[in-house]
Amino acid sequence: MVLDNIEQLLEKYENGQTTLKEEAQLKDYFSQETVAPHLGHYKAIFGYYLVNQQEAFTKTLPLQTKKKINFKWLSVAAAVVLMVGIYFNKPNEDVITDQDRLAYNQAKSYLELVSKALNKGTTQVGYLDALNKAGTHVDYLKEMENPIGRILKINNQ
Amino acid sequence: MTQSEFLKIVTPFKDKVFRLAKRLLVSREEAEDATQEVLLKLWRNKGQIENYKNVEAFSMTMTKNFCLDKLKSKQSQNLKIVHNNYQDHTVALQKQIELNDSMQWVAKIIQDLPEQQKLVVQLRDIEQYDFDEIAKMLDMNPTAVRVALSRARKIIREKLTSTHNYGVR
Repeated sequence: MVLDNIEQLLEKYENGQTTLKEEAQLKDYFSQETVAPHLGHYKAIFGYYLVNQQEAFTKTLPLQTKKKINFKWLSVAAAVVLMVGIYFNKPNEDVITDQDRLAYNQAKSYLELVSKALNKGTTQVGYLDALNKAGTHVDYLKEMENPIGRILKINNQ
Repeated sequence: MTQSEFLKIVTPFKDKVFRLAKRLLVSREEAEDATQEVLLKLWRNKGQIENYKNVEAFSMTMTKNFCLDKLKSKQSQNLKIVHNNYQDHTVALQKQIELNDSMQWVAKIIQDLPEQQKLVVQLRDIEQYDFDEIAKMLDMNPTAVRVALSRARKIIREKLTSTHNYGVR
């Protein structure tokens, strides 16, 4: 009786007409120790399916939560920062106090004093010009040598 | 969306994604990589996850496409022989999942099925989705799914009985 039922189910099974429930029934039957000998090969088939249902994925998943930095946007951000920096970084106009003015005037007068003294020094050095003039006068002595040379030439002849 | 929320959504079906990938790619390592890739793609688009009607079905479709693409690129690289010769050593290593000899025959027969039938068998007989869901995942109509499934089931049974009759066992 049970065997009849199973054989019927097997026929339906091969035609692809069994429901999942009926297929479970078949799997149940063929997972028994003893089945009808002429259906022995089905035991292997259903046994294989049952065994294969238990295989599991054991590898771990490397799930990254960190987002990669997008360098395209990084450059945009850098440009914006640069522009903002230039805009707000205009040199400040300092307020000039009386004290600053006093220091400025003092420094100016000292510098004038130094330059006056320096000018005095340079006028005295100006006498050196006379020395140069004298030097040029001495150059005329060379012209004396030329005629002397000529006279010597004539003597040798 | 935080990591734990994402994992809560993904955990119920991540094994199914993995098994589907393994059905298509055969090697466990490759299937793991594919699963990771698919789940990370989901994670990257986590903002849109609420817009998907059915995240699970969507992921399965994504997995199918990803694996088929991978197989295609492999074929174009002439690595087909390598792939077909691949032996899944982990099956032997995993003692809790001990397949006996005839179960290995089933595995081999399913591996030789055309890709569409492979997918249908995986989704129906192992993952137990109903026909409408499978149709949506594979972008087929439900009757086509039914036909493909029936064909695949018959092929599996026929090949298995013929190997038995030749006295392999």
